[in-house]
Amino acid sequence: MNNLCKIKNNNSISLNSIPVYKYSDFFSKVVDLMGDDNKHIVNYFAIPDKNIFRFIALIADDSNSDIIILSHILEENDKKELAALTPKINALHIFEREIFENYGINFIGHPWLKPVRFPKNRYNKELQINDYPFYKINSSELHEVGVGPIHAGIIEPGHFRFICNGEDVLHLEIQLGWQHRGIEKLMLEKKQLLQRTILSESIAGDTSVGHSLAFAQVMETLAQIEVSEQLKIERSLALELERIAIHVGDISALCTDVAYNLGANIFGILRTGIINFTQSWCGNRLGKSMIRVGGINLPFTEKLKISLLDTIAKFEFQFLELAHHTYRLPSVENRFDNIGTVSENQIRKIGAVGMAARMANVKRDIRQSHPFAGFFKYPIEPVVLPKGDVFSRFLLRRKEIKSSIAWIKNMFEKENFDTPSEKPKTSISLMPQMFAVSLTEGWRGEICHCAVTDQNGEICFYKIKDPSMHNWKALELSLRNLEISDFPINNKSYNLSYCGFDL
Amino acid sequence: MLEEIKIMIHNGKQFIPDVRTSKVSETFRGRPVITNAVVDEQKLVELCPTSAISSHPLSIDLKKCIFCGECAFRFPEKIKFTNDYKLSSNNPDNLIIKEGQTGPIMFDPSIVRNEIKKIFKSSLKLRQVCAGGDNSAEYELNASGNANFDMGRFGIEFVASPRHADGILVTGPISENMAEALEIAYKATPEPKLFILCGVDAISGGIFADSKALNRNFLKKVKVDLYIPGNPPHPLNIINGLLNFIN
Repeated sequence: MNNLCKIKNNNSISLNSIPVYKYSDFFSKVVDLMGDDNKHIVNYFAIPDKNIFRFIALIADDSNSDIIILSHILEENDKKELAALTPKINALHIFEREIFENYGINFIGHPWLKPVRFPKNRYNKELQINDYPFYKINSSELHEVGVGPIHAGIIEPGHFRFICNGEDVLHLEIQLGWQHRGIEKLMLEKKQLLQRTILSESIAGDTSVGHSLAFAQVMETLAQIEVSEQLKIERSLALELERIAIHVGDISALCTDVAYNLGANIFGILRTGIINFTQSWCGNRLGKSMIRVGGINLPFTEKLKISLLDTIAKFEFQFLELAHHTYRLPSVENRFDNIGTVSENQIRKIGAVGMAARMANVKRDIRQSHPFAGFFKYPIEPVVLPKGDVFSRFLLRRKEIKSSIAWIKNMFEKENFDTPSEKPKTSISLMPQMFAVSLTEGWRGEICHCAVTDQNGEICFYKIKDPSMHNWKALELSLRNLEISDFPINNKSYNLSYCGFDL
Repeated sequence: MLEEIKIMIHNGKQFIPDVRTSKVSETFRGRPVITNAVVDEQKLVELCPTSAISSHPLSIDLKKCIFCGECAFRFPEKIKFTNDYKLSSNNPDNLIIKEGQTGPIMFDPSIVRNEIKKIFKSSLKLRQVCAGGDNSAEYELNASGNANFDMGRFGIEFVASPRHADGILVTGPISENMAEALEIAYKATPEPKLFILCGVDAISGGIFADSKALNRNFLKKVKVDLYIPGNPPHPLNIINGLLNFIN
């Protein structure tokens, strides 16, 4: 196992130096590696080159910051089928499905080889989004409830299919793909650096900073740009502001769902203060145009620091006061406690990341395990909770807000922003025939961007993974044996991304 | 109870009293102004990631602009984004900002259909359909109804069923996978109805305009009653845009 190919986060490696295994060796290596609780699957995809497919699996080792890269190839004349890894390593289910959907490669023994998102360039174009093969139970006792794609409320589209026994949900299956905009393809078609940066901001608008940071870091490693320590810290600051804002908004939304109006209103107002600060920094409430490759257009300043400290002081006082009250209200606690529980074992099996892992006793946080940007200089200790229910997801947000505020305050004590950070690069040249990977920890969890360059240094493959790719399964599992009326609080408690998944 | 009253007192009054005159931060990128300074126009045109800038005469099309501000960062003497958030109009021609133009973006009441004027003058219930949106315009639509912006006080609300709605508001560039669902929702809305495009993605496709995964054919069949530019549109932009239909 010592001769494995490993890289660190935000690094690149020559594509030719990634060892290619026979599929049987690849298979057993993945199974061996994944037997270790410190490791989790980051990504598994195929890079098409005419009729040859180069498969890449990325496994993160949380104990030593390594990212292990394993590879195998399907040659032109090889039969387009492979033994599925999913029955042994469940966490790969969605990735094998994705490869199957994109390129028609059959994974024999996969229990659930269904479409993922009906992308424009899918292998089987006959199959339309309305033809999704839902799981069925033939029983006159049970009924099905279908919801979506359009939901009641201002929310993204997705289809939820429940199989119920009376009010109880036996099974939930979530069909996505409605939001598919072809981002990975556009990443290759749009040639301007700025166009690509803007695409990365639009993968999931609620995680603009998280995704655009991963994009910028991939480009910087491929172009061998080392950004200043101060810029790295500013980027981490932007990421933590995004986390605080969305978390407090989600707390407000959860209060709405249990009809606690004071919480719904005031937590919502508290979010406004944070995103208005982000607007005063970069001109956009959601942090769009904040992250640029190699620099920043509107650097953080001492003046902004004073303003942010003031914003945070007001926020913190009101947030703590209201949270102290809300989190022990019996009417709130009753609705969240022991509802939608997923076990640590389930979370490990499905390979959930980020918040969805940490709320069920699985410590996965890229900020600590594979540090990036300002988290080298100012480390952060992840919050982990044991129970895995809606209340844990509700509580995790409160604790993570406190932890992010503490991180910002501590950093502000030591940093000054008298000299502005560097300006962004307008054009860059990338090293040829390289493979680059960047991981960031957005508020939902681990974001992964990978890029491959051709012999001219042009990007010839770009792969995006939103944490929702792993985590939608957790929502499905949460619903088992719950009343169907508990769906909204469960859905809200995860707040997973539709567009980040659909790409 | 006492504790809750204390929390309310500490929180104070947070609503924006006048959504028409409220000021936002100076850095906010709203309505752009193009000066008469002489610059290399070709460079400026090529710079724009969504081809929103045209030359002869130099203009910015807010139907395409994603407000990244790159033109203003690189040519500060030529282009400046003001913090005027009122960007909505029912006339697409008013959304093209020309060199030297400094006035506000106008809504044209004369082209609003009579039945719309009559029926929707005191309240507006809309059904939002997200068709490939990135959840940023959706986020700001939700914010428009929160306690700060409180769109509900004007009788404007988002409803669950298209059957209860006075119109459809679309966010997102209209992905092919959502095209049919959008059309069904539109048809399910009773006449007379409004049709609103909210955010640059919905109006022109934005950065996704060239994607083959979109299907915008539906837009050829309907008349657009309001364009709300922005990426995403600010809540004050959304509210002021919608208020044009209400007395």
